Amino acid sequence: MIQQFRTQAGGRVDRSQPVHFSFDGQPYEGYAGDTLASALLANDVHLVGRSFKYHRPRGILSAGAEEPNALVTIDRGPGRITPNLRATQIELHDGLVARSQNRFPSLRFDLGALAGLASPLLSAGFYYKSFMWPPSFWNRVYEPLIRRAAGLGRAPGTPDPDRYLHRYAHCDVLIVGGGAAGLAAALGASATGARVILCDEQPELGGSLLDEPGVTIDGWPAPDWVKEAIATLGGSVTLLPRTTAFGWYPGNMIGLLERVTDHLAEPAATLPRERLWQVRAERVVLATGAIERPLVFPGNDRPGIMLAGAARTYLHRYGVKVGGRVVVATDNDSAYRAATDLHAAGTEVAGIVDNRPAVDSEAVEAARALGIPIRTGLTIAGTEGGMRVHSAKLSNGTDVIPCDTILMSGGWTPSVHLFSQSRGQLVFDTASGTYLPSEGAVGACAGVFDLSACLRDGTEAGGSEPRTFVVAGMPSMTPAGPPAAARPHRSAFVDFQNDVTTKDLSTATDEGFVSIEHVKRYTTAGMATDQGKTSNLNALNTVAALTGQGIEAVGLTTFRPPYTPVTFGAFAGTARGALFAPVRLPPIAAPGAVLEDAGTWKRARYYPRDDETIDAAVVRECIAVRNEAGMLDASTLGKIEVSGPDAAAFLSRLYTGDFSRLAPGRCRYAVLLGEDGFIRDDGIVARLAADRFHVTTTTGGAAFVLHHMEDYLQTEFTSLRVWLTSVTEQWAVIAVQGPRSVEILAPFIRDIDLGAMPHMSVREGHIGDVSLRLFRVSFTGETGFELNLPPDQAQRVWDTLRERDVTPYGTDAMHILRAEKGYIIVGQETDGTVTPDDAGLAWTIANGDFVGKRSLSLPDLKRPDRKHLVGLLPADLAMVLEEGAQVTDGMRADGLGHVTSSYFSATLGRGFALALIAGGRSCIGSELSVPMPRGDIPVTVVDPVFVDRPGERLKVRPVPTVQPESLLPPEPWLAPTSRPAGSVRLAILAPTTRLAIRAGGAAATGIGLAIGVLLPTVPCRSVIARDRAALWLGPDEWLIVAPEEAADLPDQARKAAGDHLVSVVDVSHATRTLELAGPAAAWCLNAFCSLDLDQSAFPVGMCSRTLLGKAPVVLWRVAGDLFHLDVGRSYVPYVWDCLEEARLELADG
Amino acid sequence: MLLIPCPWCGQRPENEFRYGGQAGIVRPADPAAVSDADWGAYLYLRDNPKGRHVERWRHVHGCGRFFNCVRDTVTDRIAATHKPGEAAP
Ligand SMILES: [Zn+2]
Repeated sequence: MIQQFRTQAGGRVDRSQPVHFSFDGQPYEGYAGDTLASALLANDVHLVGRSFKYHRPRGILSAGAEEPNALVTIDRGPGRITPNLRATQIELHDGLVARSQNRFPSLRFDLGALAGLASPLLSAGFYYKSFMWPPSFWNRVYEPLIRRAAGLGRAPGTPDPDRYLHRYAHCDVLIVGGGAAGLAAALGASATGARVILCDEQPELGGSLLDEPGVTIDGWPAPDWVKEAIATLGGSVTLLPRTTAFGWYPGNMIGLLERVTDHLAEPAATLPRERLWQVRAERVVLATGAIERPLVFPGNDRPGIMLAGAARTYLHRYGVKVGGRVVVATDNDSAYRAATDLHAAGTEVAGIVDNRPAVDSEAVEAARALGIPIRTGLTIAGTEGGMRVHSAKLSNGTDVIPCDTILMSGGWTPSVHLFSQSRGQLVFDTASGTYLPSEGAVGACAGVFDLSACLRDGTEAGGSEPRTFVVAGMPSMTPAGPPAAARPHRSAFVDFQNDVTTKDLSTATDEGFVSIEHVKRYTTAGMATDQGKTSNLNALNTVAALTGQGIEAVGLTTFRPPYTPVTFGAFAGTARGALFAPVRLPPIAAPGAVLEDAGTWKRARYYPRDDETIDAAVVRECIAVRNEAGMLDASTLGKIEVSGPDAAAFLSRLYTGDFSRLAPGRCRYAVLLGEDGFIRDDGIVARLAADRFHVTTTTGGAAFVLHHMEDYLQTEFTSLRVWLTSVTEQWAVIAVQGPRSVEILAPFIRDIDLGAMPHMSVREGHIGDVSLRLFRVSFTGETGFELNLPPDQAQRVWDTLRERDVTPYGTDAMHILRAEKGYIIVGQETDGTVTPDDAGLAWTIANGDFVGKRSLSLPDLKRPDRKHLVGLLPADLAMVLEEGAQVTDGMRADGLGHVTSSYFSATLGRGFALALIAGGRSCIGSELSVPMPRGDIPVTVVDPVFVDRPGERLKVRPVPTVQPESLLPPEPWLAPTSRPAGSVRLAILAPTTRLAIRAGGAAATGIGLAIGVLLPTVPCRSVIARDRAALWLGPDEWLIVAPEEAADLPDQARKAAGDHLVSVVDVSHATRTLELAGPAAAWCLNAFCSLDLDQSAFPVGMCSRTLLGKAPVVLWRVAGDLFHLDVGRSYVPYVWDCLEEARLELADG
Repeated sequence: MLLIPCPWCGQRPENEFRYGGQAGIVRPADPAAVSDADWGAYLYLRDNPKGRHVERWRHVHGCGRFFNCVRDTVTDRIAATHKPGEAAP
């Protein structure tokens, strides 16, 4: 027989659409609109799971999110297995495959049920007590056994192939819950013109109104009133069904989980499975309703025992009768409606057992009039039944009522989980015996159960004048009082999901647990994914009875997010695989190179030829640099332009050197310290002009150094007139190093006399037709240059040099070459506790004060036994020590220090290392040892400079006369094409001229007049004049955008400044502009950008630095549906891919 | 995620900001004249109040400015933010 418990008519399921599904391999039929639970009940399947600890047979308790028993696994194919889903929330679709959990071999014959016989071992705190001895058994025997026996579904074993998206949203009013109060609140809020979001965890808005076809509101049957309300709200309010508000976080940020495709049999591949919303709400209205409480009686957990309200929901929403012969047990009037409704649907109601001595209301009278036996002053004292309940024994000790279903109601607990998460004040309501939110809640969540009051309060909470709704057809009921005093029966379940009984709570209080938070943790009541939805108040009531106090004296435990479980996929969103983090690639392609991570970048580690091994390639690269010429892509180095009349003074206060006497055109190596005296970064400080410096940082330290400099500039050295501009991505860098570097470069560089460039100098000129900032510096010990080039031209220069047999070398060779010279790498030779003197860099320390200087004279930083940087040579020439290995003198147990860098040197023909050794410089020449698992390795302590100690190879030599030559021709740049999506188009714009301007107010006006566009003074606003625009980025910072032809704009701006202080830096090459256009542009951005992009908050002309995913961008609303994003070159692929991911579901076709 | 009112840009999400520690720690004008103990205190001693805390933040992914912020360390509520040099309310 098919769907034998389906009613003849009624319910909201679509009887014209049968849906086929399976449960534990057995095929069943339901209807579109069913949940898995309602379809199973229609097929008379009540046994759906085994309990957590005792493996007791369990049925369906509820019809909603509070379901503690009916947890199942849904199998949507490989990698798409989701355990522990509530059958009451799973929407049925064709082909749905569901399985029960926590049973072996089958649901009916579960060996784990033997655990029930061992229940004395599994009582409260069992894992602290029962499995204590022998201790070694815990890891090997007890824990694996318990883990196998307990727990619920199994996690999938393969990666999740589904897509998940995030979404940031802002609103004036967020309404959680789409029942009567929530819909009224939405109507009330939208009438005021507010931006409103209404979410509800169910597939259909309406809440309990969907269970009330016999009730009318203003003359409309309640479900039709819902339809009308939704139609009214549709245009103006964001309605989010299937969306659970799972957490309330600081700053009124509410986490929503929208289930996009799980209810679809064949979802489109363009849709994400789930979308995690982070909503910033000015105001939150909680209309989350109330959860019915089970009654606590022995045997209250057998299949067939469910909440009375759930039975009404199954009847009215799904057209399902939950049983053939029903006993109703209650302590309030609401369950009488279940009795009368089921009676009307043809179910035999064998009796109503009411704990109260006397009852009288319209609802009670209606049941009485139908001839349903009402037994007052009694409750259920026990039940019988195996896989389904078959009788209820009453508390008078004599009466036993045969039945297949028991409906229970212990009153209603307002659903205050979200309110509790918001750290709101919960107030105990003596009349109902429950805790209520002190503010911000409406309807049943606020303890209001009268429908017309819910609607009126909702309208008011939405922000409109309270209005009266005419409600008819609802029988009057006596308001429920506080729950009756609990009786600690042995086997009465309080928390079904965690298998906690009144006996467990009694054990806890007997053993001296006083605080309810401790009782919760000891017994596990109200923990885990359930968060005490059905159990919390019953647990409090039981503890109150056990300790002889009132519920309010027991106190309330804290509810924790999430309200219902959220998938890891939803939390991760797109931050996995390729989009986990931006992968920043330097502007020079390195086909064939092996890449490695360097900070946020990928760098070429080595460039193998054919079948070359890494060792062979690195040796070849090193030898090429020492004997001929090699080139390194050093573009990832951080670069900061420091300008202003006090630039030299500022740098002298930030770095160890004194730059006041550094001549323009010269460079100096400098070390950056923290105020504690320890090395934080190092680099080259190059003086371009009296008031302009180009400073390099390490690849990983670029962001930190700029932040550190801004910190001192903005908050300590505020009188200094200096501006900082990051030019890391404005310049690509090719380091050309080796004895032949001069003769190789000379034919291409005509306006700089390479022979006249001393070591540590800088010149500006051209290589071929490409503008060049040329540094004569060396990180290898060889004659060398660093070519700073516009990144679009760098590939040409690289390829040209490669044709001239300059050997590309990677970071491995670079590391070896610099270590042979004893040059440190910050983060390798330093670890945040190394001073300049420790690293042999005392020579960089200038006389004046600088950040960190004072600390260098603290006693601990002057100790002679501090660790010094030294070289180590293993006695065995072939030996390469392990980096990080300890170094000892063989006498003491504790180490003297450790190996910081260790390599095989082709130049030296042996292994060598750098190390930090206590008092190292005083023990040069001594023998130490490096203890390793296979024995001690003897080493000799040596000076850390292994190659060319006097620096002969860096000396300037005359340049032979050469014939001028040309670079390879430029390759045209091809913009990527985006996926077609009419509602939001994506493109990369052609390059433009861009200036970073830093200036005070007076100068800003002058510059604006000179370059033809005024610099806005209002934060985050732009000014457009003809073909150029000025964007406010900070109170003294603007970005000027002009056509590419306006290349003389920097000079214009500088001239216009005259005597005013101003910094003008060309940053045309540092970024590219992405254009996002179309009606869905803002929507698309909000998948990755957390700003409020509504026109009211982010109007046309607004611009700001912000984050798009994990990439910094400048976002500019050029027109209503048109955004420009200025993106650092290396972030472009990441931002592009992010936006494509957001556009996917909007793609055409 | 906190919402932090930048004195220039207005309310922005926390991930645009970088924390800057306790506000009002002034670098001694002449560090060489400061005793080792006082210098150590300048480097390392910070308040750790339960409640009102005046601290620095930088709108690093925004206007780039450092500013001061009065935050309750218990509730995470931000009472006010102000530009450097302006008095805390
Ligand atoms: Zn700001």
